[in-house]
Amino acid sequence: MIPLSFYLILSAAFFSIGIIGVLTRRNAIIIFMCIELMLNAVNLSFIAFASFFGDSSGQIFVLFVMAVAAAEAAVGLAIVIALFRNKLTINVDEVNILKW
Amino acid sequence: MITNYIYLAVILPLIGFLINGLLGYKIKSEKVIGWIGSGVVGIAFLISLLSFFEVSGLPVDERKVIVPLFKWIAVEGLDLSFSYLIDPLSLVMALVVTGVGFLIHVYSLGYMHGDKGFWRFFAYLNLFIFMMMNLILADNFVLMFLGWEGVGLCSYLLIGFWYDRKFEKSTTADAAKKAFIVNRIGDFGFLLGMFLIYKTFGSLNFDDVFSLATNIPLNETTITLITLFLFIGATGKSAQIPLYVWLPDAMAGPTPVSALIHAATMVTAGVYMVSRSSVLFVQSEITMMIVAVIGAFTAIFAASMGLVQNDIKKILAYSTISQLGYMFLASGVGAFTAAIFHLMTHAFFKALLFLGAGSVIHAMHEEQNIKNMGGLKEYLPVTYKTFLVASLAISGIPPLSGFFSKDEILWETFATGHFFLYLIGLITALMTAFYVFRLFNLTFEGKPRFPSHIHPHESPKVMTIPLIILAVLSAIGGFVGIPAALAGEKGNLFKNWLQPVYEPAETFMLHINLYSHATEFLFIGISVIVGVAGILLARYLYLQNIKPIERLMNQFKKLYNLLFNKYYVDEIYDFLIVTPIIKVSEKFLWKINDTLIIDGFINGTAELINDIARFIRRIQTGVAQFYALIMIFGITLIIFLLLL
Repeated sequence: MIPLSFYLILSAAFFSIGIIGVLTRRNAIIIFMCIELMLNAVNLSFIAFASFFGDSSGQIFVLFVMAVAAAEAAVGLAIVIALFRNKLTINVDEVNILKW
Repeated sequence: MITNYIYLAVILPLIGFLINGLLGYKIKSEKVIGWIGSGVVGIAFLISLLSFFEVSGLPVDERKVIVPLFKWIAVEGLDLSFSYLIDPLSLVMALVVTGVGFLIHVYSLGYMHGDKGFWRFFAYLNLFIFMMMNLILADNFVLMFLGWEGVGLCSYLLIGFWYDRKFEKSTTADAAKKAFIVNRIGDFGFLLGMFLIYKTFGSLNFDDVFSLATNIPLNETTITLITLFLFIGATGKSAQIPLYVWLPDAMAGPTPVSALIHAATMVTAGVYMVSRSSVLFVQSEITMMIVAVIGAFTAIFAASMGLVQNDIKKILAYSTISQLGYMFLASGVGAFTAAIFHLMTHAFFKALLFLGAGSVIHAMHEEQNIKNMGGLKEYLPVTYKTFLVASLAISGIPPLSGFFSKDEILWETFATGHFFLYLIGLITALMTAFYVFRLFNLTFEGKPRFPSHIHPHESPKVMTIPLIILAVLSAIGGFVGIPAALAGEKGNLFKNWLQPVYEPAETFMLHINLYSHATEFLFIGISVIVGVAGILLARYLYLQNIKPIERLMNQFKKLYNLLFNKYYVDEIYDFLIVTPIIKVSEKFLWKINDTLIIDGFINGTAELINDIARFIRRIQTGVAQFYALIMIFGITLIIFLLLL
């Protein structure tokens, strides 16, 4: 049996990759995918804990997260499309008019 | 009981004010406006008169009716209502105010004819009557104060009625402001007095306060302070030293206003207030002394200024101050009846003098300098005759009204042992007779001194009839108060009528009956001689021969200038009070306190925030990733803190 810590380290690694992606990439779609990566890293630790403690509530939570992620993907992509239509770019550092 | 409807006498003038004030500018007809204005006051007079007859039909100890109207202020420990106190004193006042007020309203119909502010004038006059009635009928200090302030407001509005006209060196608006501000100083004293009354007695209702004051022993200092504060209020409203300076300037208003407000009614409010609070005043010897001394000195001081003035209304204004001084002299020596008696007769003859002066001014086309008049008796026969009656009355010539009231004051002053004050009063009587007849002779007698293109004409009937009625009242008004020496104890109707009001006060007064009726006759004789002497002196100096007076003027040029410039009191006040206040206001309050400190604080706060913001706003870059980075830092920090 693979110990729990392996799963958690993998999950933390995914999450960190996601964070770094969100903070450093400029392309909105890639940022978006990084967010998905972070969500799924969290899902992984949920599943790992659920299986480790024999408690199914973690697995149910994952289902909810996936549902929310799907909805978020729909809204997020819509925003990206709207952004592109207006600005002809999806680089987030070029969309910075909301400032002092 | 018509007395229970006395509030109608108060409300009707208010209705008149509302009609004329709100709709007056649409009513084109002066007749309608004028008769609404006069009518409501006339009805108020009738109601007062009927109440008077009804109350006088009651047994003596039942002559006190309280007519509640509605609750006004009802909070813990303070229960005040709009309710009117009907007793002999307030009835006398109500009769004088509505009676003389009605006559002056009617007179104004003629006097104000053609003025563009006709409706405004009548609205203000009605408002004044409403406020004055509240003042005199109030059954508590606060309602009295409401009326007190209300009449002050009307006085202000009416002094500045011709706000676009020049008055002396400035405008009528300045005169109005002066009156208002000087009155405010007095009102401050009145307020402090009320606070102290509430603190001492726990109530402001006349009934409670006066019965408590009669029955429980009071701290000497407290009662002195209360009465002194009240008296400061009285000096403001009734134009006594040191707050009399506003009254001469108040002559900027139309003449009927001077007659109604600044001679017959409003300025006597202080006398009425002292009279009403007689129970309080008699318990402080110090205050009584101060009241008497201030009264006497005001009397002689104002009379001396009146000796040399040339403006017909100014002379009468100083005369009013002087006569009010008599009333306070009487109050101060404990002769409250005499004070109210003089108040009433003074209302008659002084209103008549002012209205007569108005008639003269009208005839002379706004000329007010008596040096430019003379010989008017042929042109203004009715004014001349009525003015003569009033002049004789104020000079104290028997059997006219002023004789009885002034003589009673002088006699009471002497009889209570104030010989020095009596002497001042007597000299004032001489001066009074002199300046009134100086005015009279220069105006009506002698040869005309006005340019020939002016053709004086007698005033219309609507103005002369009030003059005649007032002349009759001035002539016979004194018979209600014939001194006991002449008519026996029962003969002095006025005194007997007012007696119940002052009974509580009299328990605190020492009754010394040092002098016999024979002495009183002697003193009556002296007063008459003094009055006649004043008249003859004025006749000799201003009619027979003009030389002596010119010599006198040159001989005593300094004294003459001192009097003519009113002892420079206005200038002294200017120098001591007005200029410093203006200077301090400008140099310190405005330039330093306001501009530097207050503005500095407010602008400084704004600038500080601005500066901080200029720095902090740089973190709002508009790049979403930057925000996310900060969020991650924050979350990491929180997690660390939680783990620790």
